[in-house]
Amino acid sequence: MPKIEVDEMRCKGCKLCTKACPKQCIEMSDTFSKTGYYPAKLAKQDCCIGCAMCYTVCPDLAITVYK
Amino acid sequence: MNPITHKPKSLVDISTHYCPGCGHSVVHRLIGEVIDELGIQNRTVIVAPVGCAVFADKYFDCDSIQGPHGRGPAIATGIKRAKPDSIVFSYQGDGDLASIGMAEIIHAAARGEKITVIFINNAIYGMTGGQMAPTTLVGQPATTCPKGRNPDLQGYPINVSEMLSQLKSPKYIERVSVDSAPNVIKAKKAIKKAFQNQVDNVGFSFVEVLSICPTNWGVEPIKALDFLREKMMPQYPLGVFKDEGKTQEGK
Ligand SMILES: Cc1ncc(C[n+]2csc(CCOP(=O)(O)OP(=O)(O)O)c2C)c(N)n1
Ligand code: SF4
Ligand code: SF4
Ligand code: SF4
Repeated sequence: MPKIEVDEMRCKGCKLCTKACPKQCIEMSDTFSKTGYYPAKLAKQDCCIGCAMCYTVCPDLAITVYK
Repeated sequence: MNPITHKPKSLVDISTHYCPGCGHSVVHRLIGEVIDELGIQNRTVIVAPVGCAVFADKYFDCDSIQGPHGRGPAIATGIKRAKPDSIVFSYQGDGDLASIGMAEIIHAAARGEKITVIFINNAIYGMTGGQMAPTTLVGQPATTCPKGRNPDLQGYPINVSEMLSQLKSPKYIERVSVDSAPNVIKAKKAIKKAFQNQVDNVGFSFVEVLSICPTNWGVEPIKALDFLREKMMPQYPLGVFKDEGKTQEGK
């Protein structure tokens, strides 16, 4: 099953990935990262199709897509 | 399971100073990917502007120079003429390029300098706190026109790509946007062409990128994307304004 990993040290919580994901797989954490943002995270494990749309729009190279 | 996405090698592996959602960061990544794909990292020179991208030279792992406000195209001209084998690009915001630097960009384009210019149009002065830019939309508020740009007082926005297209020398001029994944992919194609043209010695290549400045527009990044699509795109239509690269290649 494809998945994404979000680098919490890079994510600035802009939410652009949540909007870009065609499967609505991404949600925001409700706890602060060390850098002071609410980082993005994969909401459900079996949701991701590995399309990399989230990576494409992420301004901060915070997402790695695995397939 | 293997990673299918990779950080561009030509970008320094550090977090940027840009605000959350800022279009500059997306365009940096696209340029980084293009430099990697064309294999030109060891001969690329970035000319960084004054504006939020003033530190852009720290994010690209290539030769760099940071110029006085708006003078990027003149500096790029000098580097390219002195070292024709280098791949020189001037990276500029709309305050830098279309206000104080308007003379430099027009004359570099008119001379047909064989450089690449990446022009970030976010319709505002970002770095200095949201003053009106020449590209600010009619009715769009800025700190220097708090009730919105009024054409009677401040005139109308300048469409830089259309204006430069009137000149004979430029070989490639396109306007793209980074508001959605499909448009980011198109933006990368345009940036790649603008660099490929320089590799092929085609001539002056210019890509205008419609970009968001959530901080100074005073909206969250997702709303800023809506503003870009609904308000900026009607004033600044996407598309190719000039593409004469092929004629040159055929010679
Ligand atoms: C000679 C000079 N005049 C004015 C300034 C102040 N200044 C710094 S950045 C800027 C405009 C930046 O706007 P833009 O080019 O749109 O870039 P952005 O920050 O939006 O990316 C201005 C006027 C300066 N640094 N130097
Ligand atoms: S790779 Fe595609 S499906 Fe998976 S989280 Fe990113 S956008 Fe969503
Ligand atoms: S687009 Fe990138 S920086 Fe923005 S919330 Fe998603 S992972 Fe974080
Ligand atoms: S002020 Fe605007 S242009 Fe500058 S980094 Fe922030 S969002 Fe980007």
